[in-house]
Amino acid sequence: MSTLEIRDLHVAVEDKEILRGVNLTVKSGETHAIMGPNGSGKSTLAYAIAGHPKYTITGGQVLLDGVDLLELSVDERARAGLFLAMQYPVEVPGVSVSNFLRSAVTSVRGEAPKLREFAKDLKNGMDALAIDAAFAQRNLNEGFSGGEKKRHEILQLELLKPKIAVLDETDSGLDVDALRVVSEGINRFRASGETGVLLITHYTRILRYVKPDFVHVFAAGKIVEEGGPELADKLESEGYEQYTKASA
Amino acid sequence: MGLNEKPLSTLHEKASYDLADFDVPAGREEAWRFTPLARLKGLHDGKAVPGGHVRVDVDAAPEVTVETVGRDDPRLGQVYVPADRVSAQAYTAFEKATVLTVPREAVASRPTVVTLTGAGDGAAYGHLLVQVEPMAEAVVVLDHKGSAVYADNVEFAVGDGATLRVVSLQDWDDDAVHVSHHHARLGKDATFRSFAVTLGGDLVRLSPSVSYDAPGGDADLLGVYFVDAGQHLEHRLLVDHSQPNCKSNVDYRGALQGQDAHAVWIGDVIIRVEAEGTDTYELNRNLILTDGARADSVPNLEILTGEVAGAGHASASGRLDDEHLFYLQARGIPYDEARRLVIRGFLGQLVEKIQIEEIRERVMAALEAELSR
Repeated sequence: MSTLEIRDLHVAVEDKEILRGVNLTVKSGETHAIMGPNGSGKSTLAYAIAGHPKYTITGGQVLLDGVDLLELSVDERARAGLFLAMQYPVEVPGVSVSNFLRSAVTSVRGEAPKLREFAKDLKNGMDALAIDAAFAQRNLNEGFSGGEKKRHEILQLELLKPKIAVLDETDSGLDVDALRVVSEGINRFRASGETGVLLITHYTRILRYVKPDFVHVFAAGKIVEEGGPELADKLESEGYEQYTKASA
Repeated sequence: MGLNEKPLSTLHEKASYDLADFDVPAGREEAWRFTPLARLKGLHDGKAVPGGHVRVDVDAAPEVTVETVGRDDPRLGQVYVPADRVSAQAYTAFEKATVLTVPREAVASRPTVVTLTGAGDGAAYGHLLVQVEPMAEAVVVLDHKGSAVYADNVEFAVGDGATLRVVSLQDWDDDAVHVSHHHARLGKDATFRSFAVTLGGDLVRLSPSVSYDAPGGDADLLGVYFVDAGQHLEHRLLVDHSQPNCKSNVDYRGALQGQDAHAVWIGDVIIRVEAEGTDTYELNRNLILTDGARADSVPNLEILTGEVAGAGHASASGRLDDEHLFYLQARGIPYDEARRLVIRGFLGQLVEKIQIEEIRERVMAALEAELSR
């Protein structure tokens, strides 16, 4: 049982305040969707929690099972059980997918996985996400299509088994088939009930595959409305206009 | 050559076996302006203390003939005429030369490894000639280690239709000084693949060059270097296209870390009037890992004919990409390891092009050792 607790989080980028007091609690077994218009600060929330150096925390706390993640380095946060699936995974030349995954799994588990076991886990994970076997020898994200990048993010999610996963617009740029494959991966990950998911999205489309328990509307750097899955339906029909007007 | 067809660069115009034909460099000359002359231990001004020794051991493939010859052997100096003062000094002062010969149409069954081990104080001079006769194929590894003040010339004669692959490892001790010219002359349709790995030494100045005797030659000059605090590692490439329809590709990559780590890369390519259909590209990239390190990178492409198949150059020096590190760290990989992965990837992409597995592994192992220091 794990809990991610975001308390009155304020974040700035180059002296410009982006997040203005975010409060949110995600527990194992729960899926929270954060929805909002472009520029509302959704991705900032994701990257600030993960510790990207571009973002400056100006106030608040982010606790994972009582440990303040903001006091930890990026890699320590990941080893503490946080995972961020990125919207634009970066290409790293010369680092192979298999080498990268083995290093990541070794770091997160604190010991090197047995080679045979790792190879099996990797193959199963790739099969489930319909990733070609040759993929493992390619350079990290280099020349990957948008769909391949996202599937690779979910592959990492399944291999690293974090306590809390933050998925930043994982649905963007996916066609329907890829969206289904990726959603199935997220659902496999959720199925254990031991993990919490914070799903950041602009569109309601992915929520038809990954059912949220809670929906939060984000506007102008904070949560402005909260509800159950029905709130997503309302956004589907009415859009974000009322929230952007209110915050303007 | 007409008046307007003369290369703008005069760097490589002068060539002579006679030391007296070269002035002692003062440091402002184009060819010497990046090199800290005071650290050459007198190799450039005749003040080097003699008495050094570099032992040459050859472990040759059975198809390859190995000879140790005197200065008067007529085969020496046919491929390359010294083009600067230190090269001429080496040519004037070497006592014994090593000659490797790969007979016509022979295919060497394994790499021939020439180990050069420096021992003791004082300057030493060397000369190596590798002759690959027509249609023959061979791999030659030059492995430099130990402590030395060493100047040498290496000649590669690659015959018609022959293939020579060379890997030169500069894995010297920290105090070594090495100034070396490697020149390859390619016959018709000859293939030359060179890979330099420069890791050790206080000052290494390696000048690989290529010329073509006939059309159809194809040269690849690749290299990686890792410069630590206080080291000066300099690579000066020259490809002289004087024949039609030849190819060249130059790609050097380096990583630098520590105070006064200094890398110099000069890439000169000349495409002369006669060299129609030339296809050439040269590239240098540097990864600057810390403050206090400096990379000088100077590509220079002179095209004297309008009829080229392709000609380009690029140079880029930069820091480690924060986004790369963030991505790896966000997966739990600690900073130091993330950094190693990125650097190894950057250099490893070139190392992967070494086709002989055992040599590729040897080079990767040397880089690993450097990275974990």
